[in-house]
Amino acid sequence: MSSRDSILNKIKSNQPTDLNELPSLSFLGLDKIDVIETYKTVLKGIGGFCEEVNSIEEVKAYIATHYPTAKRIITTIPEFGDIAETDWTNDDPHSLANVDLSIVTAHFGVAENSGLWVTDGILGQRVSPFIAQYLSIIVNKKDILPTMQQAYERIGNLDYGFGTFIAGPSKTADIEQSLVLGAHGARGLVVFLMN
Amino acid sequence: MKVGLFIPCYVDQFYPQIGIASLELLEKFGCEVSFPMDQTCCGQPMANSGYAHLTGGCDTNFVNNFSEFDYVVCPSGSCTMHVKEHLHSKENEAAATHIRKHVYELTEFLTDVLKVESIEGNFPYKVGMHQSCHGQRGLKLSQMSELNAAPFSKPNQLLSSIKGLELVSLNRKDECCGFGGTFCVTEEAVSVKMGQDRIQDHKEHNVDYITGGDMSCLMHLEGILRRQKSNIKVIHIAEILNSI
Amino acid sequence: MKENTIDHSHAAAIFNKDVERVNWHDQTLWFVRSKRDKSAHAIPEWEALRDTASKIKFNVLSNMHHYLQEFEAKAKENGIIVHWAADGAEHNKIVHSIIAKHGVTQMVKSKSMLTEECHLNDYLADNGIEVIDSDLGEFIVQLRKEPPSHIVLPAIHLKKEDVSNTFHEHLHTEKGNNDPQYLTEAARQELRNTFLTRKIALTGVNFAVAETGEFVVCTNEGNADMGAHLADVHIACMGFEKLVPERKHLGVFLRLLARSATGQPITTFSSHFKKPREGQEMHIVIVDNGRSTQLGREEFRNSLKCIRCGACMNTCPVYRRSGGHSYHNAVAGPIGSILAPNLDMKKNADLPFASTLCGSCTNVCPVKIDIHDQLYKWRQVLVKEGYTPSSKTMAMKGMSAVLANPTVFKIAGKAGRFVIKNMPFMVNNSMNAWYNQREMPAPPEESFREWYAKRAKESKDKK
Repeated sequence: MSSRDSILNKIKSNQPTDLNELPSLSFLGLDKIDVIETYKTVLKGIGGFCEEVNSIEEVKAYIATHYPTAKRIITTIPEFGDIAETDWTNDDPHSLANVDLSIVTAHFGVAENSGLWVTDGILGQRVSPFIAQYLSIIVNKKDILPTMQQAYERIGNLDYGFGTFIAGPSKTADIEQSLVLGAHGARGLVVFLMN
Repeated sequence: MKVGLFIPCYVDQFYPQIGIASLELLEKFGCEVSFPMDQTCCGQPMANSGYAHLTGGCDTNFVNNFSEFDYVVCPSGSCTMHVKEHLHSKENEAAATHIRKHVYELTEFLTDVLKVESIEGNFPYKVGMHQSCHGQRGLKLSQMSELNAAPFSKPNQLLSSIKGLELVSLNRKDECCGFGGTFCVTEEAVSVKMGQDRIQDHKEHNVDYITGGDMSCLMHLEGILRRQKSNIKVIHIAEILNSI
Repeated sequence: MKENTIDHSHAAAIFNKDVERVNWHDQTLWFVRSKRDKSAHAIPEWEALRDTASKIKFNVLSNMHHYLQEFEAKAKENGIIVHWAADGAEHNKIVHSIIAKHGVTQMVKSKSMLTEECHLNDYLADNGIEVIDSDLGEFIVQLRKEPPSHIVLPAIHLKKEDVSNTFHEHLHTEKGNNDPQYLTEAARQELRNTFLTRKIALTGVNFAVAETGEFVVCTNEGNADMGAHLADVHIACMGFEKLVPERKHLGVFLRLLARSATGQPITTFSSHFKKPREGQEMHIVIVDNGRSTQLGREEFRNSLKCIRCGACMNTCPVYRRSGGHSYHNAVAGPIGSILAPNLDMKKNADLPFASTLCGSCTNVCPVKIDIHDQLYKWRQVLVKEGYTPSSKTMAMKGMSAVLANPTVFKIAGKAGRFVIKNMPFMVNNSMNAWYNQREMPAPPEESFREWYAKRAKESKDKK
């Protein structure tokens, strides 16, 4: 018998036989919170920056001011074609090793943990938000949801190859619990909340 | 109401004043209290060491001693919890069930059954409360710091009416002292370190006394305090509540 | 990495020789527990979330056979290659065969406690494969040839001076530079090169979704993603209990996991891998290694609900004062102590006794595993199976005989003699274990029962 079959057989004979129904999730995530304020506070608390903006031009101005030395900026957003590369999505992912800044959009954000949901459809390459030294994510203010409960309702049964919640910059506290930003992924994250 | 007083074996033999205080306190509140002379031990020391299968004799003896009472009251959270969770009897399971349902730790008996709101007493000292884990997490005598739930404390509620008593707020309000039954000798190093650390917390709050509902924890802390030649004393909560 | 074979109490005694370090270890982990409290107490529905998570996992345990097949079918549909391993050895062989098939000798790995449990690194090293652990904590302990001491904070037993020395030796960092920022940057540079040059990346799995065939990997550093998205081959290894029924259930678990672990609202990255990227090969290895046996132990099966947050370790007063290595098991602390005996009762018979049964672990557990009750129950099993010293059994038998007989007890117990000679906390390791660092209570002139008998007699005489 294959390991697969012997494992499954043993599980079948050993698993509990009582009927255990799945609990309802409908009562979760209903606490009233100020979604935008919570989002901003939580993001700040985990080392990210938040900028409220009204236009792509404002984002560009922020980037020009804050990343003056960035040599290589990539994006999948056509409107940033004048300040960032857009023709890299079919390249070998290793060729992104020298990217200074990656600009992406998120489908939505989550107030309770400041996470932003991105999928490979909008990332261009899966590695793009991780390999860049710095990361900027644009999300519509109206797309900030209160909790993960609403987040998964929103995702529903959408298909994707890869998706991730990004909450703040890459970090570690593995040396004496001292927080250090920029472990392996982006050293800094700016979230642009678009009005 | 008829109350059977269950005194843990080590309290009987080392700390008779706790038994006396418990008895007098219950009588003060109008209970008809008896101490069945043939009681020995609830069997917890064996059970917690993995020998629960050897506690049948203790269980039978316990049922024989305590089946005739309305309530069984004990000045120890730990022993109470053991009886409440583990007492069974092949010969008389109905009596064992009655006891399991009617066994109370002293302070919860006062607050929950006798509905005592305040106790007259005088204890003009700075006091730190040592929550025994079995009393607190096992019997839920007070809210547990891990949970997101409303705070309460049955022992502290009783102490709050004692004149002159100043209860300090510890840095770690419900950390274990490291007694743990057999643990205190099989894991001597960790047990002692846990006790020393608990004491340090009380010391930092300049207490005169460490009190609590379980003398086993206090015996362990007292052993360390005396070795340190500390001026801090331990006292069982029954003695404070019976101060007048 | 050789296994620690001395028992918990002995290892703990050694750990306690350096008082300052024990204090530091205790306070650092207590700080993590405090952050967990703050985070958990900020969610009004926290207890309802725990309850829901526990019920979802119970449903998983009860329908494991069905969900595993559903997961396998969906994963295959998604283009993932699924393997099954009955034990650690088979798991290691499967991983090695994938590496060998691609003709490479190097692999980068993100944190996977399962591979620690299976001793994968040693096996691959013996087969000429170099593995580099990319989680910073794991990277540090790997350089030092030590196992991780904590499932979430692998290097929590080390001070920054230790890390500095290790990095100086292996990465040629400045001697004496103990700045965590500097040391982390050095590891970043070193590992970036690793990520860019490895063709195979192995990750663990935090959750696997039966409904969709996807799996979720959570990290703060981004190391799992850096490895997986750059490699030609991604191998993900999971114990079969990692399943959740539906995608929406991830919401409950992701709300609980990081808050319980470190007090963070969520890990920086919660990556959902559903299909391999174009041109990539993706494997999942589903491992049993004793889990199906544990599933059949009614009293202990709830331990399989564990989501490996480490909260029980951070809160455990014994773990904080004995260190992870004293548990000589891939998973340390309270949860490790109820998982380990299932793997090897003889070797791990000491672990369920390395606890005061204080119950704090059970209260912080995000899936409400009755950890301290299971510790108690394992003690009963280990005694019955004969894994306790016979001297202890003899003493217990003698003691229970006396305590069962009030007449014998009364004779034996005069003036405290019985208790002082027979209570387990007084006698087990000779008298010294109590007396080494603690004074004994002095027996009073009369016991309570003597006082009570006298009082009864006096009141009778008055009448």
